Amino acid sequence: MAVKNLDEREFFFGHKACAGCGGSLAVRIALKVLGERTVAVLPAGCMSAVGFNFPQLCFANNAFITPFAATASVMTGLEAGLRRRGEKDFIVAGFAGDGGTADIGLQALSGAMDRGDNILYICYDNEAYMNTGIQKSGLTPPGAKTSTTPHRGSRRPKKDMPAIVAANGVSYAASASVGYLDDYIKKLEKAKSVVGVKYIHVLAPCPTGWGLGSDETVEIAKEAVDVGVWELKEYENGRWTVNRKPTRPQDLERHIDRQGRFRIQSQYQEDSRNGQR
Amino acid sequence: MRLRPWPDKTPEWTAFEAGYLVTSNGDWRSVRPVIDKERCVECGLCYLHCPDGTISRDLLVDYDFCKGCGICAKICKREAISMRREADYA
Repeated sequence: MAVKNLDEREFFFGHKACAGCGGSLAVRIALKVLGERTVAVLPAGCMSAVGFNFPQLCFANNAFITPFAATASVMTGLEAGLRRRGEKDFIVAGFAGDGGTADIGLQALSGAMDRGDNILYICYDNEAYMNTGIQKSGLTPPGAKTSTTPHRGSRRPKKDMPAIVAANGVSYAASASVGYLDDYIKKLEKAKSVVGVKYIHVLAPCPTGWGLGSDETVEIAKEAVDVGVWELKEYENGRWTVNRKPTRPQDLERHIDRQGRFRIQSQYQEDSRNGQR
Repeated sequence: MRLRPWPDKTPEWTAFEAGYLVTSNGDWRSVRPVIDKERCVECGLCYLHCPDGTISRDLLVDYDFCKGCGICAKICKREAISMRREADYA
């Protein structure tokens, strides 16, 4: 099992994320797999807000905050600079949230994908701008309540980010979930061994923004895959492979109902069914 | 709030070992995980899934940095971890 082969050292420790944060679990496991010669690159977002608290640094490896829109560009620069200095066996890994990837950082990522730089871009997807108080992002699913879509929830579809990345012809793209860490670790290991642009999109539920208990993060991430709202898939050599099929699609309604962010929507639907709105 | 000792010298780079953190997160907690060693089969699932990395590989909980989220108690298949009221330990 994956537990035995993992690095026992903690590279992301003592951070100030909310209790039960899915994003910090994604970053912690990624750094354990990628090792100490990783340069973590973080734009403004939850993980940079909770990881860099002067005079504390919660990263044991090198870590770097970038302007919000420039994650992938800074990664390009760091990779080129380290290579120029003669460094070997290093990985430049970016950890951007869903807003920093699909909305604000998309152009920089597009440029890096076009150049074909040797970088690993990890998007931890908590489905809204959680750090600034749960505003809707391009990856917020339809119907989810955020502070900018408070009444009826988001009405736009979730951007299919892995497909956008794959359409740029990258070396490796995958989607993962913190509910299936074995699968996530396997994908990180694969991404580590591939040269070129690697992209991993990991679903990282946010108990604060999703309206969940702090202990439900991993469970809901697993359930999202099981009921079929989140796919575990990978893209290699121009082909997509689905790694796991939904095992209990009948529980979809329960999965939606237990999340506080969808509750306004179901109340609204119920009211409109009863002719009250 | 307990203070952690500063390193002997100021680090040259931004990368210095985790463990030089000056403020703990332990006082965020209202419940704490307690591992029942007799039921535990050392599968390591709690160690793997802890978002804060506060459960070590040999299954000791770092109560200075555990935030008491309860993921470990929920992921444990043997129900060896119980979340106990922090007030009882004050």
